[in-house]
Amino acid sequence: MVKEIERKLPVVHMCTIVPISQTVGANRIVPTIAIPHPLGDPSRTPEEEKALRRGLVERALKALQTEITEQTVFTE
Amino acid sequence: MKLELHRLKVNGLKLGEKTGFENGILTVNKAEILALISEDPLLGKNIDVDIAMPGESTRIMPVKDVIEPRWKISGKGQVFPGMISDVETVGEGQTLVLSGCAVLTTGKLVRFQEGIIDMSGPGADYTPYSKTCNVVLVLEPSDPNMDKHDYEKACRLAGLKTAAYLAKSCAGCAADSVEVYERPTIREAMNEFPGLPKVGYIYMLQTQGLLHDTYLYGVDVKRILPTLVSPLEVMDGAIVSGNCVSACDKNSTYSHLNNPVIADMLKRHGKDFNFVAVIVTNENVTLADKRRSSSYAAKLAAMLGLDGVVITEEGFGNPDADLIMNCRKCEQLGIKTALLTDEYAGQDGASQSLADSCPEGNACVTAGNANEVIHLPAMSKVIGYAEEANVIAGGWQGSLAEDGSITVELQAITGATSELGYTKLGAYTL
Amino acid sequence: MAYRIVHYINQFYAGIGGEEKADYQPEIREGVVGPGMALKAAFKGEAEIVATVICGDSYFASNMDEASAKILGMMKEYKPDAFIAGPAFNAGRYGTACGAMCDAVSKAFGIPVISGMYPENPGVEMYRKSAWIIETPDSAAGMRKAVPAMAKLALKLLKGESVGKPSEEGYIERGIRKNMFYEKLAAERCVDMFTAKIKGEPFETEYVMPVFDRVDPQPAVKDIKHAVIALVTSGGICPKGNPDHIEASSASKFGEYDITGVNDLTSEKYCTAHGGYDATYADQDADRVLPVDVMRDLEREGAIGKLHNKFYTTVGNGTAVANAKKFGAEIANRLVADGVTAVILTST
Repeated sequence: MVKEIERKLPVVHMCTIVPISQTVGANRIVPTIAIPHPLGDPSRTPEEEKALRRGLVERALKALQTEITEQTVFTE
Repeated sequence: MKLELHRLKVNGLKLGEKTGFENGILTVNKAEILALISEDPLLGKNIDVDIAMPGESTRIMPVKDVIEPRWKISGKGQVFPGMISDVETVGEGQTLVLSGCAVLTTGKLVRFQEGIIDMSGPGADYTPYSKTCNVVLVLEPSDPNMDKHDYEKACRLAGLKTAAYLAKSCAGCAADSVEVYERPTIREAMNEFPGLPKVGYIYMLQTQGLLHDTYLYGVDVKRILPTLVSPLEVMDGAIVSGNCVSACDKNSTYSHLNNPVIADMLKRHGKDFNFVAVIVTNENVTLADKRRSSSYAAKLAAMLGLDGVVITEEGFGNPDADLIMNCRKCEQLGIKTALLTDEYAGQDGASQSLADSCPEGNACVTAGNANEVIHLPAMSKVIGYAEEANVIAGGWQGSLAEDGSITVELQAITGATSELGYTKLGAYTL
Repeated sequence: MAYRIVHYINQFYAGIGGEEKADYQPEIREGVVGPGMALKAAFKGEAEIVATVICGDSYFASNMDEASAKILGMMKEYKPDAFIAGPAFNAGRYGTACGAMCDAVSKAFGIPVISGMYPENPGVEMYRKSAWIIETPDSAAGMRKAVPAMAKLALKLLKGESVGKPSEEGYIERGIRKNMFYEKLAAERCVDMFTAKIKGEPFETEYVMPVFDRVDPQPAVKDIKHAVIALVTSGGICPKGNPDHIEASSASKFGEYDITGVNDLTSEKYCTAHGGYDATYADQDADRVLPVDVMRDLEREGAIGKLHNKFYTTVGNGTAVANAKKFGAEIANRLVADGVTAVILTST
């Protein structure tokens, strides 16, 4: 799915199992927390959780604004 | 370590006054089972016990787990340790097995991943549990809004308790056959069969949360580091399933008890190789856990000086990443691997079968394409709820036709593409 | 009664002419023409060539849609039970035409379609999933070998017999996985293969690990403050009750949901349809999979231009790559049409 979108638009793949994303061929990858809650962490307070989510989304936006020539995992 | 399996061969089932075994027939006292399982306040009033025999026009769904009745007649501990028995280790002494019999748990759906068992017709060819004499528990939660984790647990325990109860009730009967298994200590094993390669088995267990969990001595396996277990402990129920990743490739508790990879490796032990160890590992939901567990499992294999390992997966999708990591990390340490998985190649079989891959995975056996579609004609009796066909994994809105027939992917059939390799199904490339 | 076959050949094999006649328009003739004679002989009366379609290679190549539609129309009255094209050996345009016609006939009539080509013919790569293509030598000198194999496979398919492996039947691997019951349990097959591997003996894997293709990265987003960002997920987030009945596994569709005025995905209104992970957390708060709440904040603060007012969702669980591709392409088209700048795709 990610590759078909990439043919038309810049796309960042936010996922937990980065190796699968790499094998399948996403270009901009942002690692996330866990499979059942990629952008959350139920063990934290709602406020902390939202701050965590915001950090990951901001990283995704940064990835979209970064020129790349090859598959890149954005870890910060 | 020595374990004897005392097998009673069950050829028939009937409901009756006293639970017991005679001349191949297992008699089941329904009231006693109902009393036993309804002790659990999490289960509702409307529960039932039914029986289903091979060849009958009977459909059972949605099936949560399948369990073979076993009971330890001597030796330490008791079957299903840490679940319905004490946590004492098992795998020694004598264990009674009701061969050819199974306890099935069905009833109100916990979550989408439950399956279908047809006792006859085309669907029966795909599930190993159409050939067993089945005692079926039809369950419901005491509160319809109960937390799903609680309801899952209640169903799981009801199945285990019933399986232990049935075998315990036959404890006085003389066995039809006795199998003796003896396992050396690791120290002894290292000196055995000097000419043969030392090999092991990496036993991957699904551990991703609700209806995706597996237990080892009652411990949720997502919380363990990979560890060593004896094949004999597995035969006594040290590993219990609490999952249905998809019904087809859930490793039922029954298939753990009868793990055919372990059975075959024991058979070849001393002939083709020296089967030294079983390493249990998990399939967790974070990348760090996946990396840690695969590195640790490969490290254990390397510490034992193994030349090769068989690796079996449970489930599909992200666990493919665990499988690939286990494979690659072992191969990089010089440990040769063979993989056992199943496929999701699309209904037409034209898509890639796995979500991840590596060139080291060059010895791969698959238990078939779970997306292949099958038509299951109507049965004269349904135990459970046929309408769930429209929502379970492998089904779709409209899977259940008005005439009672069901069209689904093999995914929805319990055990159809067992990744412990408990069926003869496989695939080839056209 | 003999099975009814329609045979497709080019202008050259019809004896009309070579390259100078390659713009020959499609026609249909009753009965056998050219290599159909050999086919007919190979059928030994079990099947009959009721008509032969002839089309120039260049004409077909430059008018593919039109030519194939026209040919389908011509074929209809002959009520074929199977369609055979070629063999095309290593002729590229002819092979492509044979493959394209096999694909069209199979879709239109749902009957077996068989061709014959040299493995390097470009028609093989394009159409091996659509047709049974018997492997042939690279020139017409191999006709005598190709035709009986094509006829044999055609009869097998017509009789509904199961088709063996490529090496047994002589066709080029189609890349389609088909289930079968083996003699042994999968566990025993695996331990057999394992034993061979550790002993250094030959073995044949049951599944060759896939190699995935690549797409070049798109240029970066230049002006994020005016960008329209869309959210897409394979994590199955949907309005509560799953109104479009997206399947828990092996999804056949995706959902498009309007989030105009939605600032937060609450458990009263949203859930997941996904059957491949523990849904507890997504059902409690779907923002954990699809971050609408944070995107709204960023939109309000001016960090992004706009959050697109629709999100797209499917279930990645056990869903065939072909379906996922189809969804991705369709979603991308809709997003482009709606003026979206870039996409955040979340997976579980």
